[in-house]
Amino acid sequence: MTVFILRRLAVAVPTLLLLIVMSFILMEAAPGSPFATERGVPPEVLANLEAKYGLDRSLIERMGIYIWNVVTQFDFGPSFKFKDRTVNDLIEQGFPVTLTYGFWSFVVAVLVGGTLGILAAVYHNSWLDYLAVGISIGAQVLPNFVMAPILVIIFTLWLGWLPGGGWRGGQIEYLILPVIALSTSYMASIARLTRSSMLEVLNAGFIRTAYAKGLPTRHVIFRHALKPALLPVISYLGPAFVGMITGSVVIDVFFSTGGIGQFFVNSALARDYSVIMGITILIGALTIFFNLVVDILYAWIDPKIRY
Amino acid sequence: MKRRTLLALTTSLILATKPLLADGHALTVHPETGEKLAADQTFSYRMLDQFPTLDPALNEETAGFHAIRQMFEALVSQDADGNIVPGVAESWETKDNQTWTFNLRQDAKWSNGDPVTANDFIYAWRRAVSPATASPYAWYIELSSIENAAEILAGEADPETLGAEAVDDYTLRVSLTQPLPFFTSIVTYATFMPVHEATIEAHGSDWTQPGNIVSNGAYVLEDVALNEYWSATKNPEYWDAESVIIEKVTGLIINDVNQALTRYESGEYDMIEPLPAGSFPRLQEERPDEAVSVPRLCSYYYQFNQTDTGHPALQDPNVRRALSLAIDRDIIVDQILQGGQTAAFTFSHAKTAGFVTPEIDYMNMSQADRDAEAQSLLQEAGFGTGGEPLELDLIYNTSENHKQIATVISQMWKQKLGVETTLSNYEWSTYLDIRKAQNFDVARSAWCADYNEASTFLKTMVTDHENNDGKYSNPQVDELMAGFATAEDPQAIYSEVERIIAADMGIAPIYHYANAFLLRADMKGWPYNNAENNWYVKDFYRVAEE
Repeated sequence: MTVFILRRLAVAVPTLLLLIVMSFILMEAAPGSPFATERGVPPEVLANLEAKYGLDRSLIERMGIYIWNVVTQFDFGPSFKFKDRTVNDLIEQGFPVTLTYGFWSFVVAVLVGGTLGILAAVYHNSWLDYLAVGISIGAQVLPNFVMAPILVIIFTLWLGWLPGGGWRGGQIEYLILPVIALSTSYMASIARLTRSSMLEVLNAGFIRTAYAKGLPTRHVIFRHALKPALLPVISYLGPAFVGMITGSVVIDVFFSTGGIGQFFVNSALARDYSVIMGITILIGALTIFFNLVVDILYAWIDPKIRY
Repeated sequence: MKRRTLLALTTSLILATKPLLADGHALTVHPETGEKLAADQTFSYRMLDQFPTLDPALNEETAGFHAIRQMFEALVSQDADGNIVPGVAESWETKDNQTWTFNLRQDAKWSNGDPVTANDFIYAWRRAVSPATASPYAWYIELSSIENAAEILAGEADPETLGAEAVDDYTLRVSLTQPLPFFTSIVTYATFMPVHEATIEAHGSDWTQPGNIVSNGAYVLEDVALNEYWSATKNPEYWDAESVIIEKVTGLIINDVNQALTRYESGEYDMIEPLPAGSFPRLQEERPDEAVSVPRLCSYYYQFNQTDTGHPALQDPNVRRALSLAIDRDIIVDQILQGGQTAAFTFSHAKTAGFVTPEIDYMNMSQADRDAEAQSLLQEAGFGTGGEPLELDLIYNTSENHKQIATVISQMWKQKLGVETTLSNYEWSTYLDIRKAQNFDVARSAWCADYNEASTFLKTMVTDHENNDGKYSNPQVDELMAGFATAEDPQAIYSEVERIIAADMGIAPIYHYANAFLLRADMKGWPYNNAENNWYVKDFYRVAEE
């Protein structure tokens, strides 16, 4: 196991390097410039800007300097657009926000989705099953960019219970609507996944044996069926967790949370090269890490799996 | 136990007296108008996007300028009608419009208590134009024609050589390379605002962070949460703090315009601008006391590519004229935009200070007459119905409004002239690349005034201007615009240039912008007649409800 983890971590380094190189090349290939304006930038102003941000150097040179700064000082450079901020500043400010609402969305999605899925499978073809399936399909077809404005109209405009946006350091009332909007579609997927894999397990021979032994239902479900039923769900949860904690541009835009999702999209539009790089690396590293976590969980849940 | 009670008692006493004291200072009636003031004197507004910087030297866009304008004060400011009024400078004089002397008030202070002196301005200006600062707006200092600005920007002269000197602490003398009658209009912008040298030296690029920043305006930065909000509170050191009524300004970043409207409707904040496309007539009906539309000094126009990379037909003024005449501008402003915009026949916005809209021949024609002339012009040129088919590439940057306008115009061209148009939209940065490389036939464009004077528009029609992407060129325009600054009557020159542009149809003006917004009815002091929409929160106040 330890060897497996070390091997995976060793692979992560070249993967990240490859990610950096690919992103650099893609950014270079994309038309447009971070300094472009409609009026046109006078050549001497452009020259000063390019010198300041090192764009007057060759691609290879820039990439080398970048990787060196990241590796030796963990310095992701200055933002091209936010002139008095560094990429580290932006991530420090945006990532905790995203992490907070992403984490709570994950908790909500897993708890609610998992419960719905298990109930639907255990009470297969009963009204409870139909209700759970109905809820999860409803949640699935309501994408968050539709959910978000509807939630704000109901809870802010009509009822006046919750603020329609903002973050204010993550106070609970600012957290509720973003969490609901972000978690619903994940919740729906988790519910459907749990339900189908639970159904499969419940029809397996060893469950029948357990029942035949006279074990109570609760015991059968939680001690015998749940663990194997969770395997496919867990492989979904890894990337889903990364997706949630690295933010959603929709949530950030609709709720003005200041999270990292909006920085990511805006930086791509503004050709803010250093911010694109910084957030790409962050998301890449998190993805690699949580895939590893999923693999470890696999081995823990299913002793048949050996690495 | 006893000590604790005492402590609690003192704390609660202090806490209880604090609001009392604040109340004691606050005004209950407006000193000039006598209106009864509300207890809550705060102002909050919606912003589309996070401003990239609060550094006056580095700022290049409107959202940042709105914030910077509350916290920094330039030599001069603008009043509710857009007139130049004293700021840090109490008075100024010039004999020839080329050498300007500004007399600074001696009671102006930075938020840390330091006096604001002529050297603060000189430091700020040198810093803004210096290549080391690499400000994207450094050209603005050059545009003001201050001596050596161009050379410093190009790295050929030392920033110390900039043509601004402190005669003494409170007298600033500025030398220009040419007479510029509207120099004071130029220095209202952020690039010309003073900055505090010691603060910048101490904190580097972090100097604009809350806690570090030292500013000389009516407000001082309290908080910035990127993509969420920013806020500033009244600066007690401001020389005119006594007349400042609003205690706190908050800008809320709400990217989605419909979401912004919902939050406005829920009562969360005081001003939303712009409004969702096409919503103005409805809102005007629902909220007659709050919905306003005022002119905004920007022009929307189409550029024709007159280089060899464009369609050769576009080099013929008659073809360009036919295309322009066939655009029914009333449909665009009355049926698509519906926010108080006006049809444009001149490039300069009709509300530009001093600008007299000249007689442009097709301005007063009926649309039917314009269409008829357009048809015959195009036929004479050998294109369209009966002639060679004319196929044009029309490009615009991705946006619902631009798309609607482009679609409608291409329909007009097709139906009236038989011209086929291929519409292509690109996201902003890509769009600029394509436009600046002249890879188009017709391109959507817009220009907003840098200062309230027609030359800001018309200079862009000069052959080598950076924004002239269609490469319209007329030596007469170049010559007239080279001499406007020294002319006896520059307005006559502007009218003449507009006439030439219209005759050449170097571009097709489409509409003049308006700002449609909602402002709470109890918020007073808004500068509705300031065509640049430069609002100063220090002039606002909230009246008590009757």
